[in-house]
Amino acid sequence: MDEKDEGIVLTEAQKRSRRSRSIAIALVLGALVILFYIVTLVKGPGVLNRPL
Amino acid sequence: MTDISAIEQRPQAASLGGMPLISEATAGDYIALMKPRVMALVVFTALVGLMLAPVHVHPVIGFTALLAIAVGAGAAGVLNMWYDADIDAIMSRTSGRPIPRGKVTPGEALGFGMTLATGAIVVLGLLVNWLAAAMLAFTIVFYVVIYTMWLKRWTPQNIVIGGAAGAFPPMIGWTAATGGLSFEPIVLFLIIFFWTPPHFWALSLVRVDDYARARVPMLPVVAGLEETRRQILLYSLVLVPLGAAPWFLGYADAIYGVVALVAGLTMVALAWRVRRERQGERADTAAKQLFGFSILYLFLLFAVLLVEGGLVGHGA
Repeated sequence: MDEKDEGIVLTEAQKRSRRSRSIAIALVLGALVILFYIVTLVKGPGVLNRPL
Repeated sequence: MTDISAIEQRPQAASLGGMPLISEATAGDYIALMKPRVMALVVFTALVGLMLAPVHVHPVIGFTALLAIAVGAGAAGVLNMWYDADIDAIMSRTSGRPIPRGKVTPGEALGFGMTLATGAIVVLGLLVNWLAAAMLAFTIVFYVVIYTMWLKRWTPQNIVIGGAAGAFPPMIGWTAATGGLSFEPIVLFLIIFFWTPPHFWALSLVRVDDYARARVPMLPVVAGLEETRRQILLYSLVLVPLGAAPWFLGYADAIYGVVALVAGLTMVALAWRVRRERQGERADTAAKQLFGFSILYLFLLFAVLLVEGGLVGHGA
C-alpha cells in the first residue's frame, strides 16, 4: 500500500491557538493602518514635520 | 505522517533535541506576557502627565501617545519575562506565567518583546515626537537591562533604582504633549520613585521565602525583615511631603493637598503597623494591607491630579 507522507498534522488545540494568534495579528495590523490613516488626516501636511 | 504527540506539551526547547516546535500559545498568552495590570498603571500615570501639560493635545495624538507608551511598557514586561524565566519558574507567584508553563518559548518571547519595543518607539517618534520616543526607549532599556538583567539579581537596592523605570511614564506623557520637559512631571516622577520601595517591599515581606528560593537579593532576604520594615517606614515618611508637593508648588489645589496628606499619613500609619506586627498571620495581614493601600494611594493622588489639572483645567 502506498503511504503518503502528510507532514506534520496539527492537533485541534494547535489549530485553535494558531487561529487565535492569526486573528490577533490581523486585528493589530488593521488597527495600525487605521491609526496611521487618521493621524495623517489630523496632522495634514504637518505629518511630515517631526520635531525633536 | 510525523508523530508530534511528543511535542504537544511543549516543554523547554532545549529538551526537544531539534524537533519542530508547534506553538499552542493563544493571543491571551502573549497578552499575559505584556503584564496588562502594570500596563494599566503606566497608561494611567502617563495620561496624568499628558493631561497636566499646559498645551492642548489633539485627542488622536494623545491616544496615539498613550497607545505607544502602553505597548512600550508591555514590551518591557515581555522582555522581563524572557530574561527572568528561570526565576519565574521557581517562584510560586510567577510560575504560572506563559514561559514557565511552556506555552511560549523564550525565543518567541524575545522576538515578540523586541518587535513591540521597536514598534512602540517608532510609532511614538513618527506620530508624536522623537524626544518622547527617546524617553520611551530609555525607559525600556532601563527596565530590561539596568533593572532586570543587572540590579535585580545583584543588589537589595534593585527596586529602589529600578523603580525609576516605573516612574518615567508621566514624564513621557508630558513630553509627548509639549515636546519638552519641565519641573512638574519631575515631581510626579519623584512621587512614583519614592512610592515604589514601600510598595514592593510590603509584597516581598510576604513572599520572602519565594525570593530566597529564587536567590533574588530582595531587601528582606539580604538585610532581614526588621531592616525592611524600618526602610518601609522611612520611605513612607518621605512620601508624605513629596506626595503633597504638587500642592505646595502651586500646580494642584487644596483638595489635592488634603487628599495627598490624608492618604500619605494613612500610608505611614500602615507602615508603622507593619513595623509593630512582627509575628505570624498578623504580620502578613499588615504587610498585605500596606501593599493594597499603596496601590490605592498612587491611584488617588493621580486621579485627583487628573480631575483637577487635566479634566477641570486648573493645572499648570
